Amino acid sequence: MNCEEANILLHALIDSELDAGNAREIEAHIATCPKCAAQFREFQEFHKTMKSASLRYTAPTILRNRIERKLPTPRATGASRRIIIKGFALGATVSALAATGVLVMVIHTDDEQRVLGDVVSAHLRSLQAEHLTDVVSTDQHTVKPWFNGRLDVAPPVVDLTAQGFTLLGGRLDYVDAKPVAAIVYRRRVHIINLFCTPAPGLATRAAVMETLNGFNVRHWSESGINLWAVSDISADELTEFGEKFEAALRQ
Amino acid sequence: MMAGDATDWRDDGKAERFKQLAMPHLDAVYTLARYLMGTASDADDAVQECYLRAFRHFGTFRGGPIKPWLMAILRNTCHDTYVANTGLVYTADSEDTGATQTNPIWREDGETPEQTMLRQHESETMRRLIGELPATFRDVIVLREINDLSYRDIAMIIEAPIGTVMSRLARARALLRDAWVASEGGKE
Repeated sequence: MNCEEANILLHALIDSELDAGNAREIEAHIATCPKCAAQFREFQEFHKTMKSASLRYTAPTILRNRIERKLPTPRATGASRRIIIKGFALGATVSALAATGVLVMVIHTDDEQRVLGDVVSAHLRSLQAEHLTDVVSTDQHTVKPWFNGRLDVAPPVVDLTAQGFTLLGGRLDYVDAKPVAAIVYRRRVHIINLFCTPAPGLATRAAVMETLNGFNVRHWSESGINLWAVSDISADELTEFGEKFEAALRQ
Repeated sequence: MMAGDATDWRDDGKAERFKQLAMPHLDAVYTLARYLMGTASDADDAVQECYLRAFRHFGTFRGGPIKPWLMAILRNTCHDTYVANTGLVYTADSEDTGATQTNPIWREDGETPEQTMLRQHESETMRRLIGELPATFRDVIVLREINDLSYRDIAMIIEAPIGTVMSRLARARALLRDAWVASEGGKE
């Protein structure tokens, strides 16, 4: 270990963030390097100074009350119960109608077609409007947290660079009039948009490959999230992308 | 489809659960906001917006400790506010570092009034110096030294790899210690 590395790692040692092996290494370096030993002692001292200072703030009571007031109170319960019952009743009616025939199938397919059209349009928009990414990064640990507080879904972001699909970044997009996460990958000169939306109550659904306006779309669901991969790469390559993505997620 | 929609409404306990989990961290979130936003009123607005956003997106919270998740949302909120107000890229270098007067009065057992005054003075100096750090270094030091978060959590919050957290924290401490030594010079 050189002094430059030690100068960074000694902080991790102070913070007890090192595993046993790394801790031993830095301790060994400090034992033989008076300069780094002095640095270590100084920063340890400074760490104590900071700990003994009073640096926290207390949120004003007015703010606390204001936030509590703005959050829904349990009074809303009555209304939501009514809606649940209405939802079930409506569901039952539809089921009764569907019992004999294809109605559910028709509704289902129409829905799917509309969403399919939407994801392809969103893919096209992303290529034309020079708005491919809101957050540009090849690091999955940068792209994933960017969506915190911006969306109703924590999108799965995995780095597939080693498998031939480079992570470019992410952006907010709209599908079916709802905000969705789009994660952007590149395969050679081709762009792949991976759209993610929450799928409550839908755990896993096997992949379906579809084609619209010359674009391939691979649609599947996993862990309560709907995923659509859209690209102009061949269906085989898009399948490969989907399978590698799923495999990486399970790791 | 219908059943799916219906279950979405079954959130009777959602607000209560959110309050139970999130409200105990209000002071910690507020502390980060004070250091990021500079003024008390901007911090108030950012914290309120953060909590409302967090509640709206509570469905995406995947369990585990909620504190880092709230911090990440606060940081995004501060970022969005700053960009909206100025159209500039976020640096949040505070101009109003004197706004630390509303500090709680503290006093530890067994301290003489002189010791209390000295500690108060030191804390005020430290707060000011942290506020004067460049934003890139300010958030890591507040998250680590004041809010006691792990490197892993900080990496998630600042949207950077752990290696970056480590090098930024090292740089932040070096900058802050130099400023501290310069301002307290020869006092001990």
